[in-house]
This record gives sequence, C-alpha cells and structure tokens, in this order.
Amino acid sequence: MTASAVLPSRPVPSASLGRGVSDRLRKKASRHVKERIIEALLFSAAAFSVFVTVAIVYVLVKESWVFFETVPLSDFLFDTQWTPLFDDAHYGIMVLLSGTLTSSGVALLVAIPLGTVIAIYLSEFAGFKVREIAKPFLELLGGVPTIVYGYFALTFLTPLLQKIYPDLPGFNLLSAGLVMGIMIIPYVASLSEDAMRAVPMALREGSYAMGATRLQTALWVVTPAAISGIASAYILGISRAVGETMILAVAAGMQPNLTFNPTEPGATITSYIVQVALGDLPHGSIGYQTIFAAGLTLLLMTLAFNLLGYWLKKRFREVY
Amino acid sequence: MQIPTGTQPGVEGAVLKADVRELDFYYGAFHALKRVSMPIHDHMVTSLIGPSGCGKSTLLRCFNRMHDLYPGNRYAGGGIVLYPDDTNLLAPEVDPIEVRMRISMVFQKPNPFPKSIYENVAYSLRVRGMRNKNELDDRVESALKGAALWSEVSNRLKELGANLSGGQQQRLCIARALASDPEIILFDEPTSALDPIATASIEELIIELKEKVTILIVTHNMQQAARISDFTAYMYLGEMVEFGVTDQLFIKPQKKATEDYITGRFG
Amino acid sequence: MVNAADPNAIRAVRAIIARAKRWDLFFALLGILSLMVGVLTFSVLFLDMAIQGVPRLDLEFFTSFPSRRAANAGILSAWVGTVLVMLVTALAAVPLGVAAGVYLEEYAPKNWITDIIEINISNLAGIPSIVYGLLALGLFVYYFGFGQSILSAGLTLALLILPVIIVATREAIRAIPQSIHEGSYACGATTWQTVRDHILPYSSAGILTGVIIGMARAIGETAPIITIGALTFIAFLPTAPFSGEPPAGLFDWIFAPFTVMPIQMFNWTSRPEAAFTVNAAAAGFVLVFMTLAMNGLAIYVRYRLRKNIKW
Ligand SMILES: Nc1ncnc2c1ncn2[C@@H]1O[C@H](COP(=O)(O)OP(=O)(O)OP(=O)(O)O)[C@@H](O)[C@H]1O
Ligand SMILES: [Mg+2]
Repeated sequence: MTASAVLPSRPVPSASLGRGVSDRLRKKASRHVKERIIEALLFSAAAFSVFVTVAIVYVLVKESWVFFETVPLSDFLFDTQWTPLFDDAHYGIMVLLSGTLTSSGVALLVAIPLGTVIAIYLSEFAGFKVREIAKPFLELLGGVPTIVYGYFALTFLTPLLQKIYPDLPGFNLLSAGLVMGIMIIPYVASLSEDAMRAVPMALREGSYAMGATRLQTALWVVTPAAISGIASAYILGISRAVGETMILAVAAGMQPNLTFNPTEPGATITSYIVQVALGDLPHGSIGYQTIFAAGLTLLLMTLAFNLLGYWLKKRFREVY
Repeated sequence: MQIPTGTQPGVEGAVLKADVRELDFYYGAFHALKRVSMPIHDHMVTSLIGPSGCGKSTLLRCFNRMHDLYPGNRYAGGGIVLYPDDTNLLAPEVDPIEVRMRISMVFQKPNPFPKSIYENVAYSLRVRGMRNKNELDDRVESALKGAALWSEVSNRLKELGANLSGGQQQRLCIARALASDPEIILFDEPTSALDPIATASIEELIIELKEKVTILIVTHNMQQAARISDFTAYMYLGEMVEFGVTDQLFIKPQKKATEDYITGRFG
Repeated sequence: MVNAADPNAIRAVRAIIARAKRWDLFFALLGILSLMVGVLTFSVLFLDMAIQGVPRLDLEFFTSFPSRRAANAGILSAWVGTVLVMLVTALAAVPLGVAAGVYLEEYAPKNWITDIIEINISNLAGIPSIVYGLLALGLFVYYFGFGQSILSAGLTLALLILPVIIVATREAIRAIPQSIHEGSYACGATTWQTVRDHILPYSSAGILTGVIIGMARAIGETAPIITIGALTFIAFLPTAPFSGEPPAGLFDWIFAPFTVMPIQMFNWTSRPEAAFTVNAAAAGFVLVFMTLAMNGLAIYVRYRLRKNIKW
C-alpha cells in the first residue's frame, strides 16, 4: 500500500480490526471495492492528460510521415524557399522560422523589460492597494482574445506606425510583434512577481538592515534569489511568442518571406497553418500535410523551451 | 543637551550611547511597547530578557527602524536618542536608511544572501557606495577576521554563503553587520538556531566585539545574558520592568516580578 | 564608517543615501510608466473598438446571419455557435479536470507515474493552442470522423483548458488545511467520503474560479478552431433537438457545422472593406465584453472566497 501525496493514510484493510459482526465486515469489503473503483476512475482522468500528449505526438508524427516520404528532411531544413502551393514547390521551413523568430524577437524586446520592471515594481515598491488593483488588471490584459489584439495591430497600430514611418507596409511583423509583446507582458510580470514574492522576508530584512534602499534590495538580493523563477517566466514568454497565431495571421500578412527585418510582412509557422486550414486543399495532399510538418517543428521548439524551463527550475531551485 | 555620563552606579566610566525615552509603539491597534525607557551604554553589552511575546524584538527593531518596512506600524510617543549627536532616531524627519547605516542588525535565523561569502560581507559596503576593489578586499577581510570566520573561509570566498554551517552562517551575518563599522549592532536571539558549540563561539565573539561596538542583544537564555552582558533589562507585557547592571539584576533584583522570572518561578 | 561627531562624514553618508534614493525614485517612476503602457494599450484598444463598433450594436446585429452586405450582417450564428461549443467544452473539461485534480491531490502515491503525470500537465499547459488544433484535426475530425462539427470544436477547447482546470482544482484543494482532512479521517471516513463531503464542497469556489478563467480563455480561442476547419460563413443555425430529419435526437446539433465569435471577427477583419472592419470592431467589442465579464466574475468569486473563508 502506497502513501498518498497529501495524507499518510488510505483506507486501511480491516484485517486487523475486530472480527465482530460478520455483517459489518461484509459492508467494509464492499466499501473497499467501491473506493477502489472510484480511485481507478479518478486515476484514468489524471492519466488522460498523458494520453493527450501521446496523441499529439502520434498525430503530428504520423501525418508528418506522409510529408517526409515525399520531401527529404534536408530540403525541409535547408531550402531557402517555402512555396508548397506552387507548381515549383519548395519546402524550406527556415522561411517560416524567420518570421516566427523575428516577430518573437520584437515581442520579447517589449515583454521582457516591461514585464520585469512591472514585476519588481509590484513586488518591491508598490503598496498593497496598487498591487491589489494591478494584478487583476494584468490578468485581464492577458485574457483579451488574441484575435482582438490582431485587429488592434492591423487597424490601429500599423496606421499609427505608418505616420512615423510611411514606408511601412500594411502587413508587417513589427506591429504584430509589438502587440504580441504587450500581450505577453502579463505572463512575464505575473510569474516573475510570484517568484520574487516567494523570496522570504528575512532576506529583505537582512538587506534593509544593512542600510540598503528598495532598489538595491530588489536588484541585489531579491532578483538573484528569484532568478530561476524569473528565468522560467521568460521562457514561458518565449514559448507564448513562438506559438502565438492570430495576431500574426491578421496583422503580419501571410506571405512566406525569408527575412529578419521586422518592417517587412512575413508568414510564421503558426500563421501558415491558419492559411492552409482556411484554404480548400484536400486532406492527404502534400500541400495539406505541410501543416503537420510545420506543427511538429513548432511542437519540438516549445517542448525544448518547456524542458529548459523545467530544468532551470530544478537546477537552480532557490536556496534561501 | 548635555551628554550624561556615568549614570549607572557601580560601572566605572559608562558613557551613554543611546537612551530610550518613554517609547510607545503600536502594531496597528496593538500596543506593543508601553512607555519603555532604558539607557544603552557605549562599548557595553546590554541584553533584553523576558518571556515570549513581551516585546523584546519589537524594542530591538525600533533601534534601526525595521518597523518602517511594514505598513500599520506606528511609533506613538517618546523616542530613542542616539549620542553623541543627540538625534532622536525615531523622529519622522530622520532617514531610516541613515539610521540603519549607523546601527546594524543580526537576526535570529542566519539569513545570508544568495551570494558568495565575499559578496555577502561586501554588501553593506557596496550599499555605501564603495567600489574600490582593494579597499573592499581589505574591509571584507578585516570584517571576517572580526567575526572569527576568516581562517575558515579565506580560501573559499567565492562559495555560496548558504553552503556554510549554521554557526558559520551566523558569523557571516555578523561579519556583514560589522563590515560597515556601525556604532551599534543589534542581535535578536542570534544563537537560538545554533548548537551549543556554535553558541559558545558566538558568545565569545560578542564579548570581543564590544571593543569595537555597542551591543544590544535579545536572548531567551538567562545564563547567556549573565555570561555576556554588562547590563540587563527585563521586560514583561510591553513594559520595562527592571533595568540594571547584570550582576546586580541577577543576584539582587529590585522587583518581585524580575526575581520570579529569573528564578524560574514565573508561570 | 559614520563618525557621528564628524559633520563631514555625516554629510558624505547623506550624499550617498540621497543618490541611492534618486535611483529608487527613478525606478518607481519607471515601474509606474511600464504599468501605464499596459493600461494605456488596453484603454486605447478598448476605446478604439468601442467607438468603431458600438454604433453597430443593435438588436439586428445579434439576430442576423452573416451576409455579403456588411450592413445586413450579424452575429447570430456566431454567438449561438459559441454558446454551444462552450457547452460541450464545459461538459467535457470540468469533470475530467476536477477528477484529475482530486486524484493528484488526494490519491496519487509518490511514484514515477505521478511524476510523469505532473510533468506532463505542466508541459501541456505550454503547448501552443494551434498544436491542439492539429491534434483535433487528425483525431476528432478524421480519425473519429466527427467532422468539422460543434463536437470536434468543443472537445478541442476542452483539451486546451484541461490543464487550467486541473491546476485550479489542485490549488483550491491545497488551500484546505490539513486539519480538515484529519478531522474527516478521524470520524472514520474513507478517502472518497472525505473528498465528497469535505474536499469538493470546500474547494468549489476555487475550482469555479479556475473553470471560469478557463472558459474565458476558450471563448476567445481562434487558431485551433480554424485549424479543424470551422467554416467562416454560416448562414443557418444547428438543428434544435428532435427537429431534424427523422430519426431526430436530442443531440443532433453536436454534429452540425458551425462558426464562433472569434472566427466571425477574424473573417470580417480580413476583409479590406471598411464596412466589414466596423462589423469586426462590433464583434470584437462583444467578445472582449464577454471575456472581461467572465474574468471579472472570476476575480469577484475569488475575492468573496478570500473574504468569507476563515479556517
Ligand atoms: N507584526 C506584528 N503585528 C502585530 N502584532 C505583533 C507583530 N509582531 C509582534 N506582535 C506582537 O507584539 C508582541 C511583542 O512581540 P515581540 O516579537 O516583540 O515579542 P518577543 O518578546 O520578541 O517574543 P519572542 O521571545 O517570542 O521572540 C507580541 O504580543 C506579538 O504578538
Ligand atoms: Mg523575538
């Protein structure tokens, strides 16, 4: 019999209990069976999540298989064109990857500095009231549907940027990336703040007792102590940016474009999948199967980030 | 104001370093210190004793304005005058940071920063704007020597402070407090988390330290108070019951309440 | 270091403190400014959409199907679709998520299987939504043959918010003090009785918060639903129960083609004509309003919870 995570106890078999009324024993036994069934049901619910992961990997690998039977992996990795729907088809994923990386880069340039400053401010500077208002507000900001952010990037921010920089095309990675950055701020800020607040007060008191100011305490004591949590907040931000779809599909245009210049339009892995799904390619055609290969690439990227975040958490578990 | 000297009979040349005067302190609505008065003598060890919850830590933390860190805490009357410059530490116009630069603190549980041993000690100097590497090196070394830790850590200064043993960590925290040459160091039960051997070494250290600084220490251990302190104050329920020269207070307390407490007859 | 008797030393210390405090102030302003970037963006976004879209919001907008003529177009099929999809999502995700959360908190032994489940759940939470769309496309649409239906969409979103609900359930349960468990076991209750009579009732508000937040997220999800091939132009409603061609049943609608609010908005946003942009703004306003209302509700429930519960 194994111990539960929370409680050391679990219904103990009644063998050692009094052998009193046989009726009571029988009731105990049936109760035991019922408990077992319920536990099995609950276990299957928890185990279902593993099934989901397996299913994701299975579907993506199986459907990508069809794709990679036709297109050699080397073409996929090293070709510099992505034109699966043309007669002269090319399948160079780096074209989509460049869009993903460029827009994510812009987004992170916004989200990481702002998110970190907000986290430090809320955790070390702001009063109780400010924090009580700001935290739910950040949650709201993170809860706005991304399609709405996409609309905002396309119909508000791009025209605004065009006033400053008239050559900016109507679809561009810059505006999408900037809005995506705003969208990611809450994730970075809120998780970093959680990590900082988990730093025990004793450490802060130690610093203040030496005559440190708030900023000195925040930067020299609290941030280093919370660094692994902050790092995993950044990684979550990165993996959000890489996986974000609708803002890019709406505001960045969907032409594949091998570029790292954010003022150009471009397709990302995600927006390409949307584009194909919106079209009328038949399931099983090589053009259609590209989206699974693209999806597999995306999955591997986010998986790598997740693992990195997990490893960071384990490796640099805070020692207070 | 005159600097009063030799106010305590029986102790040659005791000079006042600080004077707590009718201090009232509130945690929100809770009246934690009630018109507390006591003197602190220069280059002496003064200990605060009393049952749990009587306000020892509260009084100690007034000295470097730690209470200012939390909303709702209130100094409600009286003050703590620091000599020789005769400033009331608790006056609103006095900057708590300046106070903390003059009066440092060592806590109950060792709380080294998640930094190297060297950086832990250098911290209080960096906070004071010191950047010169040689000067830092010198000051860190002498602080570690002052805390009787140098010989144990001189070849592992780059290691994390948290890797040290509990007693070593506490001495690291003492070095940290010592590095900036404060006028007073406050100790809040510095040995309660340590084993007897580590405790003995810290006690020895505190006695040595009074060459350099004035010491105010909270302790639960009456033998400890008797061993290391020159003066002792007994507090009860937020009030100062009795203050005196340690030997006299332990041998011949003036008040019945004090006697009950130190003889263990206290409920 | 501070020689109190020496006014020069005091002055030097004060200068250092003053400089450090200027940085403090500077940073505090920077923090407020950064928060303001968020507040400002959100306000501009919301106002811009409101100014464009609100004049378009009349009863007709809610009771009309999409149309080739922007002025006649409405969101009837979209909001009905959203409601139905959300219904399927909630029915699938809530029992599954709560059960998984209860298992992990109350039953799970400390072993490698539990470890794998836990790592797996946090990993699932980090997988982009569009990947769930691809999973659903392969699994629900083609393998199970559910087609591009309300059922497929609802189940997809259910998988997507499953981690949210599991995590919320676990946190709500963890907030219950150990003494309650012990009290229940001391009365001779079995694990399941403890869960049913104590754990679930006491954690229900916390779980509810998580469910609402999860649903608010699901309502705005666009990418996975586009991926399973939801149509963007639907000028009819799913058949009501028992009203389709015989043999008509209660659940015929779950296999109906559909559209949802965010997809309708996407469709209108991608049109170049200004009149459709106005429709997009109006749909976006409704959408944001719905998510804000749900998030607001969650915040309120959590607030009440914190206020009312005293262990
Ligand atoms: N932050 C606080 N808010 C409210 N009341 C407090 C706070 N800190 C302490 N108190 C109360 O003030 C009184 C004095 O507390 P203090 O910590 O000074 O006691 P102490 O003498 O140091 O006790 P101990 O020996 O247990 O450390 C106690 O009654 C305590 O409950
Ligand atoms: Mg205390």
